[in-house]
Amino acid sequence: MHKRGYYAEFGGAFLPEILNATFDELEAVFEAAKADPDFWPAYQDVMATYSCRATPLTFAANLTRHFGGARIYVKREDLNHTGAHKANNVMGQGLLVKRMGKTRVIAETGAGQHGVATATMAARFGFECTIYMGEVDVERQRPNVFWMERLGATVVPVRNGTRILKDAINEAFRDWVGNMDTTHYVLGTACGPHPFPEMVTYFQSIIGREARRQILEREGRLPKRVYACVGGGSNAMGLFSGFLDDPVELVGVEAGGKGLASGRHAARLCSADASVGVAQGYRTFFLQDSDGQMRETHSISAGLDYVGVSPILANFKQSGRARFEAATDAEVLEALSLTMRREGLIPALESAHAFAQAFKEAPDMTPEDIVIINQSGRGDKDIFTIAEAFEDPAWREFIKHKAEQYDA
Amino acid sequence: MLETYLRRQREKKEILLMTHIVVGYPSFEASFEIVKAMVAAGVDLMELQIPFSEPIADGPVILRANQEVLARGARVRQALAFAERATAAFDIPFLFMTYCNIVYKYGVAEFAAEMSRIGMAGAIVPDLPPEEGTTYLAAMQTHQLAPIFIFSPTTGQERMRMLAGHGRGFIYCVARKGVTGQQTTFSEALEDYLARCRQATDLPLALGFGVKDRSDIDFLRGKADIAVIGTETIRLVDEHGVGAVEGFIRGLQP
Repeated sequence: MHKRGYYAEFGGAFLPEILNATFDELEAVFEAAKADPDFWPAYQDVMATYSCRATPLTFAANLTRHFGGARIYVKREDLNHTGAHKANNVMGQGLLVKRMGKTRVIAETGAGQHGVATATMAARFGFECTIYMGEVDVERQRPNVFWMERLGATVVPVRNGTRILKDAINEAFRDWVGNMDTTHYVLGTACGPHPFPEMVTYFQSIIGREARRQILEREGRLPKRVYACVGGGSNAMGLFSGFLDDPVELVGVEAGGKGLASGRHAARLCSADASVGVAQGYRTFFLQDSDGQMRETHSISAGLDYVGVSPILANFKQSGRARFEAATDAEVLEALSLTMRREGLIPALESAHAFAQAFKEAPDMTPEDIVIINQSGRGDKDIFTIAEAFEDPAWREFIKHKAEQYDA
Repeated sequence: MLETYLRRQREKKEILLMTHIVVGYPSFEASFEIVKAMVAAGVDLMELQIPFSEPIADGPVILRANQEVLARGARVRQALAFAERATAAFDIPFLFMTYCNIVYKYGVAEFAAEMSRIGMAGAIVPDLPPEEGTTYLAAMQTHQLAPIFIFSPTTGQERMRMLAGHGRGFIYCVARKGVTGQQTTFSEALEDYLARCRQATDLPLALGFGVKDRSDIDFLRGKADIAVIGTETIRLVDEHGVGAVEGFIRGLQP
């Protein structure tokens, strides 16, 4: 029988029957778009005129000097409109929604970046928009909730399950099975049933295509390693896509949380706590118990504490094409601090995972070696979490003062 | 054989009744009392849902029941033990309803063997279409168990025939787009849809999603073979306790 969207044993489309026709339609539209020679240039044009592409590849001279090893470059996805690589995927899917003639979009969001990007795309294209977000994440990412609502989206806090990203995904699916005639689910990462992993990767590949061209222009040679954080895996797939056929080591960095031994982390590809399972419509490594029930995950960054991972990355893990590591919350804060002080860059907590791993490895490389770190998003949205983690006294006073003003 | 049983029952009754429980909700003991009450009230077959942490096809009522059972630490083997107790005590067919990962983590072949050992008739796994279910279908076949497949209003004729070709026992027709436990309009459109389902297969047809009272069942008489009551009994237990189940089920039938 025809099996769709497999990457070795990972992927597939484990769908409730009601969604079968919707996925057939989506797959057909995506295939037609890919085959249309005008589609990619039109997509590139939208990204160039609306989202600040091509994003620069910044040479981090100070960090390079600091570590005294590899030459460190940073791919600046934080400079996309709405502040993260998420814009690449949502604008692409927005173009597909127009092709399908649907009028409403829904999305799930963890850190809020995908929600903000989707709400922005909906405003731009004139779609109605509903965003599902775990109650815990609503709490952690209030600034992004504020923006989504101002952009005209309805934000629905999800109170089921562990009240984080995976639960928001389930709610989005529940909405979709009732409203698929008018509605497209803009899945935010390279996960879920086929064709989402391939489709999201296709749009995010703009990152890697640019980065490869840029590093060759600048240095005349390829990097030794490229680093990207891995939640669902969309920014990693985006960067990796540019170097799949090159002798470049691909390094994905997961959320090590309080440490792999603590059990409080979100490391699906580099911890023994994960195993292969089928949930949310696809087969991959999940953090689950021996019965197959999904476990709670932890990370300081709301965007990385997802329970599954892209089936394409799961395949890379098994085939050895990519290496996966984990950075702890503490290592991430240290890397963030150093990046801010030395380079004036403020990566999102998610992206800071990639920086943390690169910093561990850069000193052992030589000045002949080049590495690229994907700064998938900017850290502004994390100001509350970061200020709290650094126990910044002035910030605390500011918040107290603000609260008093509201009470008065 | 499930299909033979259903056909025999249909000779006696115009429409059969299938009910659903989430095993362990509100407790394992109460679940057993509910099954007992349902059988006493004349239910023809029953779905026992093994709780899963991500039940994407279920609406808020069943979702919450799943989560409450899991929050109390229930394990899959407890659900299997419960089912073994139910099949030993009551003389109607029981089906498992659960999601793919529960079966997959248990081991597909092992799960089918265990189902057979404890006397289950079949299973409904809504996130396991035949395209992804080759191993499952083979294991169910080995043990002569019925894999129940689902038709939805969006399923085309050709796909209905394909699904029916892999299904055994009966076909579960979902009444509308959406998850369990929401309002369904029992209308001409539903009648047309059931007629379309009928054209695609000779297997008995069950109609579920939104069946909640006597008038819904009266509407289905002559159009479907089995009416499925799911969410409504959980609501009833939540609001009026286990004692209300038997009277409610009796009231659904002529």
